[in-house]
Amino acid sequence: MTITESTQSEYYTLGAPIADEKAPAGPINERWDTRRFEAKLVNPANRRKMSIIMVGTGLAGASAAATLGEAGYHVKTFCYQDSPRRAHSIAAQGGINAAKNYRNDGDSIERLFFDTVKGGDYRARESNVYRLSQVSVEIIDQCVAQGVPFAREYGGLLDNRSFGGVQVSRTFYARGQTGQQLLLGAYQAMERQIDAGTVEMFSRHEMLDLIVIDGRARGIVARDLVTGEIQTHMADAVVLASGGYGNVFFLSTNAMGSNVTATWKAHRKGAYFGNPCYTQIHPTCIPVSGANQSKLTLMSESLRNDGRIWVPKKAGDERRPQDIPEDERDYYLERRYPAFGNLVPRDVASRAAKAVCDEGRGVGPKVDGVARGVYLDFADAIARLGRDAVEAKYGNLFDMYEQITGENPYEMPMRIYPAVHYTMGGLWVDYDLQSTIPGLFVTGEANFSDHGANRLGASALMQGLADGYFVLPPTLAHYLADNSLDPVDENHPEARATKDAVVEQIDTLLSIDGERTVDSFHRELGEIMWEYCGMERTAEGLTKAIGQIRALREEFWRNVKVPGTNNEFNQSLERAGRVADFLELGELMCIDALHREESCGGHFRAEYQTEDGEALRDDENFAYVAAWEYTGAGAKPVLHKEDLEYEYVEMKQRSYK
Amino acid sequence: MNITLRVWRQRDAADKGRMVTYHVEGISPDMSFLEVLDMLNERLTMEGEDPIAFDSDCREGICGACGLVINGLAHGPKQMVTTCQLHMRSFNDGDVIDVEPFRAEPFTVIRDLVVDRSSFDRIIQAGGYISVNTGAAPDAHAIPVPREDAQDAFDAAACISCGACVAACPNGSASLFLGAKIAHLGKLPQGQPERHSRALRMTAQHDHEGFGGCTQIGECEAVCPKGIPLSVISQTNADVLGALAHGGK
Ligand SMILES: Cc1cc2nc3c(=O)[nH]c(=O)nc-3n(C[C@H](O)[C@H](O)[C@H](O)COP(=O)(O)OP(=O)(O)OC[C@H]3O[C@@H](n4cnc5c(N)ncnc54)[C@H](O)[C@@H]3O)c2cc1C
Ligand code: SF4
Ligand code: FES
Repeated sequence: MTITESTQSEYYTLGAPIADEKAPAGPINERWDTRRFEAKLVNPANRRKMSIIMVGTGLAGASAAATLGEAGYHVKTFCYQDSPRRAHSIAAQGGINAAKNYRNDGDSIERLFFDTVKGGDYRARESNVYRLSQVSVEIIDQCVAQGVPFAREYGGLLDNRSFGGVQVSRTFYARGQTGQQLLLGAYQAMERQIDAGTVEMFSRHEMLDLIVIDGRARGIVARDLVTGEIQTHMADAVVLASGGYGNVFFLSTNAMGSNVTATWKAHRKGAYFGNPCYTQIHPTCIPVSGANQSKLTLMSESLRNDGRIWVPKKAGDERRPQDIPEDERDYYLERRYPAFGNLVPRDVASRAAKAVCDEGRGVGPKVDGVARGVYLDFADAIARLGRDAVEAKYGNLFDMYEQITGENPYEMPMRIYPAVHYTMGGLWVDYDLQSTIPGLFVTGEANFSDHGANRLGASALMQGLADGYFVLPPTLAHYLADNSLDPVDENHPEARATKDAVVEQIDTLLSIDGERTVDSFHRELGEIMWEYCGMERTAEGLTKAIGQIRALREEFWRNVKVPGTNNEFNQSLERAGRVADFLELGELMCIDALHREESCGGHFRAEYQTEDGEALRDDENFAYVAAWEYTGAGAKPVLHKEDLEYEYVEMKQRSYK
Repeated sequence: MNITLRVWRQRDAADKGRMVTYHVEGISPDMSFLEVLDMLNERLTMEGEDPIAFDSDCREGICGACGLVINGLAHGPKQMVTTCQLHMRSFNDGDVIDVEPFRAEPFTVIRDLVVDRSSFDRIIQAGGYISVNTGAAPDAHAIPVPREDAQDAFDAAACISCGACVAACPNGSASLFLGAKIAHLGKLPQGQPERHSRALRMTAQHDHEGFGGCTQIGECEAVCPKGIPLSVISQTNADVLGALAHGGK
């Protein structure tokens, strides 16, 4: 028996293949037009009577809610924060890509398409990526019209920067706060619709389950986080725009409340989960400083343009950086990748940092006996450009670093280390962004669609807004026009049963009254995931992780302590529900990582690497999307493969030498 | 480090509320202030007490969810940072630190340190936007925007809607928050058509929510973590006057 077969029999079963049936045939540059033309329309007079639930108010959710509201649908929108404007999209720093070619530097829709497919290590669907590139152009127009204050040149036209190892300047930005400004644009457009009465907002409400009736998504059960009231909301279609699941690692650059509950509960109700193991680890984050750390902070990737990364040559060298002479330093990225140097892609830079720290050459304070940090040194840049120039470029980042670490990066090199940042995996969707449950659509980071095994910088914002402003509205309309749905209300037996199950889970969580806090379980899960399903994975480690996660989950349901009651503002209860879902997701991620016996993008299996330690894909056997079907708690999931075909881009081994 | 926290505890809006003292030991100066509350909450949970409720999400100073009055100052003793960006190295071993919610009449306490700031969303609903439907936008380069104007607009748009300005204001005014949005949109050519109606409607909503008037005391500017300048309030006043001169249009 090969490893694949034994993994298969032990951890999962193989189901029928799956395919996207919505992307039209024909030349790739005509497919989106064709689809839009074929899509049925809803008569404006009928739209008022049609209701849509939107879970999430980040870029993907707020943009869609606004657009659907403008079209006249009745939209009910949900977020767990106290205001929709606080969705985690707000934290994106660097920028948003668009193939505007304002620079006349050779950019085009084709080039953005090509870069995205290649960046994703040939594990994304061509049709979707092409459409994303096409639509990118309209996004910038829309945002500018809304008053998003993008950076501009002296002539008053928009400025661009280059980002993430591509050769053109196509990234639009608003200082280091692009996500904030784009989200405020979408938020304000949505608030305008609230004012107009088309959108109804439910802040501090958390979706806890999906209601499926006759095989279609027809509503959600949500908890009012202030009063604890468990509510049933019905609709003609449900959209999940609930963000990524990086917090399964406990420590990540995601917000404290970012969670997988919405998509995981939908997965349990029949939506397939695509490529759960594809996670992106960002190389430039501030290292963990101690055992009580609650989250990690990203330092913009742009720092790698001028900073040089190094560690001491000797393991255990505890001298101050300024006391380590030049010839005792190892500028390991420049040494290993002479062509790209410090600008190698995120996954390559991250793994290299881990490798030197594993060798005992890490710098900074030790956490659990190991120093996990590498220097990002600006001394040369300051000598070359002058302190003022460096300050003009990176001043705010340097200040932020000093605030967090108490160290001055003008005098001491920064310390950085990789951290979990983004999840390419998510619910499987077709070209229409519809999941395997009819009537359930998934947008933004919550779906798996456009980034393959690795996302390029500045492409998540682009995807969120592409989905929300331009892709979802016509495809969702088509679904509504194409299906005549019976009216259902909250007394439908399925709706009642779903609500009862939610209440039961809450009662159970509150009644266990064990000896460990929710956070202690979350931290432990995070440690397992980081150790075995993080930057570098092995069959042995993943197998071990699966066993540990199962044991931890079992203990959770026996030994967690959740104080308080349901009928009040209870943050421990909120977290308990989220951690319960992470404990299931973590296992599926490990199974997915174990079954994928190749390395690609953010998924690096130590067994599959080139002689130089680079990711080694196996296109023959693994050029597919892994879409997982849930079959019951603790039961083996079923794997459905969607074969990926590359008609336009030739599959190549990435090389950054 | 060891410190003593005196924390505002209040079960719900109906409860009277009180300060409760906790001693917390073994704090490292690298910890953030909110991580100290996390640590205390872990302990309270195990001791069978209710953990302290407080809001936070991004923990990097951008979402605006966090916000505590620390030793009488909104967002604590450091300038230009949010509560989540405050680290323990800003305090001394043995300090006694008072922790209270952002108080203002429209900010009802939900529990402990968590308040209701939904009034801010309603102020934005009353015109804090540019009316352009998706798909109706001209090419982004159709209207150049002078670099300075774009920068000024950005400076005002940097507001994170935290509410510190209100908590610090003796009048409980949200004029800095309000002015930030009016200035952001008012600096851009795209924002001109609705400039007057926006100022009138948003100001009316601000007053309707129960926020007080501005008497130019300047406490708001001093605590604002994003450095929103007091001058945005003059912009509001000018736009409101302009609107009235145009017959309220
Ligand atoms: C620090 C950081 C920097 C980044 N920088 C960049 C960048 O420069 N460029 C780029 O392209 N990308 C960047 N990214 C990635 C990008 O920001 C995200 O992928 C993107 O914003 C996700 O948007 P979203 O709308 O899908 O989800 P989010 O913005 O995460 O929104 C999720 C929404 O869902 C709601 N929600 C979640 N669960 C529930 C539930 N159960 N019930 C109710 N509501 C729920 C939340 O309240 C929220 O409103 C960055 C990410 C991080 C973390
Ligand atoms: S103006 Fe400043 S203090 Fe007031 S809400 Fe905005 S960011 Fe907070
Ligand atoms: S938690 Fe987001 S600003 Fe403090």
